[in-house]
Amino acid sequence: MAQHMNLTLKVWRQKNDKTKGQFVTIQANNIADDMSFLEMLDIVNEDLTRKGEDPVYFDHDCREGICGMCSLVINGRPHGPKYGITTCQLHMRSFHDGQTIVIEPWRAAAFPVLKDLAVDRTAFDRIQQAGGYVNVNTGGVPDANTIAIPKRIADEAFESATCIGCGACVAACKNASAMLFVSAKISQFALLPQGQTERYERAQAMVDQMDAEGFGNCTNTGACEAECPKGIKLTNIARMNREYLTAKFFREEDVHVQS
Amino acid sequence: MSNSKPVLSSSIGRKLIMSLTGIFLCTFLIVHLIGNLQLFKDDAGYAFNNYAYLMTHFAPIKVVSYLLYASIIIHAIYALVLTLKNRAARPIAYAQNGGKANSKWNSRNMGILGTVILVFLATHMNNFWWKYHNDQTPYIEYSKDLATGVVTSKEISASEFHDYQVTVVNNVEVTKARDLYKQVDFAFQNIGLVIFYVIAMIALAFHLIHGFQSAFQSLGFAHKKYVPLIKGLSVWLFGVIIPIGFALMPLYFYFVK
Amino acid sequence: MLDSRVPAGPLAEKWSKHKFEMKLVNPANKRKFTIIVVGTGLAGASAAASLAELGYNVKTFCYQDSPRRAHSIAAQGGINAAKNYQNDGDSVFRLFYDTIKGGDYRAREANVYRLAEVSVNIIDQCVAQGVPFAREYGGLLDNRSFGGAQVSRTFYARGQTGQQLLLGAYSTLNRQIRKGKVKSYTRHEMLDLVKIDGEARGIITRDMVTGKIESHEGHAVLLCTGGYGNVFFLSTNAMGCNVTAAWRAHKRGAFFANPCYTQIHPTCIPVTGDHQSKLTLMSESLRNDGRVWVPKTVELSQKLQKGELNPSDIKEDDRDYFLERKYPSFGNLVPRDVASRNAKEMVDEGRGVGKTGIAVFLDFAEAIGRLGEDTVREKYGNLFDMYYQITDENPYKQPMRIYPAVHYTMGGVWVDYNLMTTIPGLYALGECNFSDHGANRLGASALMQGLSDGYFVIPFTVGDYLAKLGNFKPIDKNHPAFEETRKEVENNVNRLLSLNGSKTVDDIHKKLGHIMWEYCGMARTAEGLTKAKGLIQELKKEFWSDVRVLGENEELNMSLEKAGRVADFLELGELMVDDALNRNESCGGHFRLESQTEEGEAKRDDENYTYVSAWEFKGDNQAEVLHKEELVFENVKLTQRSYK
Repeated sequence: MAQHMNLTLKVWRQKNDKTKGQFVTIQANNIADDMSFLEMLDIVNEDLTRKGEDPVYFDHDCREGICGMCSLVINGRPHGPKYGITTCQLHMRSFHDGQTIVIEPWRAAAFPVLKDLAVDRTAFDRIQQAGGYVNVNTGGVPDANTIAIPKRIADEAFESATCIGCGACVAACKNASAMLFVSAKISQFALLPQGQTERYERAQAMVDQMDAEGFGNCTNTGACEAECPKGIKLTNIARMNREYLTAKFFREEDVHVQS
Repeated sequence: MSNSKPVLSSSIGRKLIMSLTGIFLCTFLIVHLIGNLQLFKDDAGYAFNNYAYLMTHFAPIKVVSYLLYASIIIHAIYALVLTLKNRAARPIAYAQNGGKANSKWNSRNMGILGTVILVFLATHMNNFWWKYHNDQTPYIEYSKDLATGVVTSKEISASEFHDYQVTVVNNVEVTKARDLYKQVDFAFQNIGLVIFYVIAMIALAFHLIHGFQSAFQSLGFAHKKYVPLIKGLSVWLFGVIIPIGFALMPLYFYFVK
Repeated sequence: MLDSRVPAGPLAEKWSKHKFEMKLVNPANKRKFTIIVVGTGLAGASAAASLAELGYNVKTFCYQDSPRRAHSIAAQGGINAAKNYQNDGDSVFRLFYDTIKGGDYRAREANVYRLAEVSVNIIDQCVAQGVPFAREYGGLLDNRSFGGAQVSRTFYARGQTGQQLLLGAYSTLNRQIRKGKVKSYTRHEMLDLVKIDGEARGIITRDMVTGKIESHEGHAVLLCTGGYGNVFFLSTNAMGCNVTAAWRAHKRGAFFANPCYTQIHPTCIPVTGDHQSKLTLMSESLRNDGRVWVPKTVELSQKLQKGELNPSDIKEDDRDYFLERKYPSFGNLVPRDVASRNAKEMVDEGRGVGKTGIAVFLDFAEAIGRLGEDTVREKYGNLFDMYYQITDENPYKQPMRIYPAVHYTMGGVWVDYNLMTTIPGLYALGECNFSDHGANRLGASALMQGLSDGYFVIPFTVGDYLAKLGNFKPIDKNHPAFEETRKEVENNVNRLLSLNGSKTVDDIHKKLGHIMWEYCGMARTAEGLTKAKGLIQELKKEFWSDVRVLGENEELNMSLEKAGRVADFLELGELMVDDALNRNESCGGHFRLESQTEEGEAKRDDENYTYVSAWEFKGDNQAEVLHKEELVFENVKLTQRSYK
């Protein structure tokens, strides 16, 4: 049968983005090791609710590691102590009886706390809106097999496209830099033939927006790559740098950034 | 035309500056180490002092040296600006930080390592560059028998001579020069300074192990074959050979000479 | 009798003809119209972007923090299209036929044909957007056979086709947001529909961060809010998936069709305990190489359950590969409903495996032997990893344990051929409507339908409606209907907040889930359904008397969000039971024990039930009224499905 454990949680509680937050200690008792981390929090919240106390707000949705909504820093690590998974995929068997678990929200100026452990990640949406697309309207496109794309390129583009936009890269980076996220999108389109026409505008527009959102600057520590639940590679950042610098130094006259 | 932000005020532009100045400083280190290997020659500093004169008086090298000073200053200032901006990007720090699980210590502490190196540079420049340029070094006269190649030397005083002079009399080449070698020897008799130099070289090693390859990443260099080469250079050349080479100099003068 | 407004003429020409016959809005006039899109999954994002491209003003709403997180993102397997790139005999008609047959002849022919017809355009569109589909070494698109199809027509992007397609749609949506044609409202929940003179003219939303109850006006409202599988509490849906928007529209007059048609997906990771919050789907593609089995005897199963034996200890002769045995031609690839029901049968016989005995094996030993571990890893690596993360068992070494779980709801808001509901101006797209999958959906068809509705159907049909409005006047924001509806919503929120009992909302939701799973799940009986109805009514009373909702409206309030959704699920649950009770036949995902063939297969009653049940809301706690849309099959012959 499942092993059970008692845990001490130190949870960041904050009413909204205008108030100051603080850590609150909550006991989580009789937690089964085959529960997911979020199910453990569900139980904590059910207990709080029964006691008439406000449950801990945290973002989550699909609970299968793909929507990118869940976002907890657990004992100093985005998405918890294991590599390559999201918080919702973390199970309690990664913890032991009597352990103290510190749970914090993503911390970045560009990700203000909305309540408790939930942060506002709309900065990511705005970066995508700045250029993370191919300018095609519905209809009037060529047959899907018109352009052959070498499997190697298609696979590499896919690897970049697997980013779920959770923001763990920002949370992990000591500088709260969003470069892994931004570079993944820029890379996907830079690799594919469909992305070529706007390749250099895109790199500039997205980098500009990223800077405007107040993310920090990459210092190549590699923390983002290590913590990324989808294994997005640092080479994406190198590619983004190359795209951006090429745009700035060699393609300036070709570039007409849309406003 | 583009209405995008100017490159140097962008995050990637700042990275570009850091990487270009960094790589330039790295290449200087190679030259500096090779030149300074002459300190290990047992010739009373004949080769080294000649080399020192060349480095300070040959016009193209002077130009490069000014670029070098500029690089150091720009590298440091941008580092400071970036650090401040990065701090602002995370106004509330984590109560618990698991950085060691996802990144190397030196990559997260380039600022501290860089500061150690900057303090070292100030000390180093004061000890040698400043003294050399401000006439605070002793002088030496070498007599080289052009037939046999044997060099003898004697100390001379400043009043007998000014700056640098080479004359050939009776097939003997007489060189009068500032004795920076002596100054090095003198400085490295101070055990405190020797320890500081060794510590600074350790800091340099860790700074460059991350810094050199990081600079190429910033420049957008990503190649299956060459990136491992650059990473290898980062560790073995800039992390081991160069810092050890430099660290051996104070140790040599303290323990051997 | 409901009018489906299916155009006359031969099946293959209906859509082209209809497109020509529909009225158009002058390009210069399009910007005078505003369209509200609720939900930003495949259907919502594609519709919003396409309409904005045409020039309409669009407002999108989603409860997530970003449009990109809608649950379409979780679809793993792929998307069907009748491209016939593999030269294996596929065609639009075959895709149409398979879908109709797979839906057990309970879908509308014309809609399904149109779906098959535009499926080819979807792939073109997605590739143009930069969706990185899997490719062959020659650089052309790769296909696989999926979920019971005899041809390879499924396009895929490793195990995350849904995410890649949604990111494609999201990117085009972003482009329109950037251009100012779409205004995106995130963390907003639609709580009611506003009708003026009987037509949909706006919605009431709650800003989930500030609690503000807002009115939004538009000339048309598109519900793209997905399915209602979370009525079962445990399902493969995201935690936030809910029926609220569709249900509130239903209460305003939109008929709800075939609510009892729910799809139970055969390959999910089994439940481990009461703490379980959701079930994780393992892509159906696993059945391409995995073999499903249980021990031949109850004794062996019990030993496995107790841990006295390991799966590898069971000799080949003692294994019952029951799908291969019963369905020799389709084997492990039978449609979802058949696979699920057979797994349940095995468990009911006591031959289940795992600690709980509620699971069957999905074994890759043979595939690993045939293809090598590396090839299997390349094909299914991410799924195997996912399985390992959740169960702590290595599927390369021992067989996976799987069990069916609620996955998709074929039923939904009733729509006509134009995707318009019974409320003029109100449309339903994607899983939210009922139209294309009949009583059972085939694998890789949900993504196809969402994108077909959004990219290629709604842009035409909404235009027709708007053109016929006859004026371009903006909607009057000050019309009393907005204030009245807003007040009602506010009162409802306050009523929920005043609940101060002893149960949590989840307590009630879990109970509802148990009732639905037990009596309205994979096998249903008149007796059980009647009992369920009583239980749900009691539970509803318990909810309104003994539940506890904490906090206030003006904040992110988890209790309040859940309470509103569960209140609606309770009402929907009752309607599902009514619908299941009414449909005294078995078809697709709806299996009535009273109606089965001698071999235990679903037995339809075409004479009496070849219709769509569309339910009309008559008032709180009043019986809903059944309306029927007769299904006419002119192009396919109704046969008993057989996968033998």
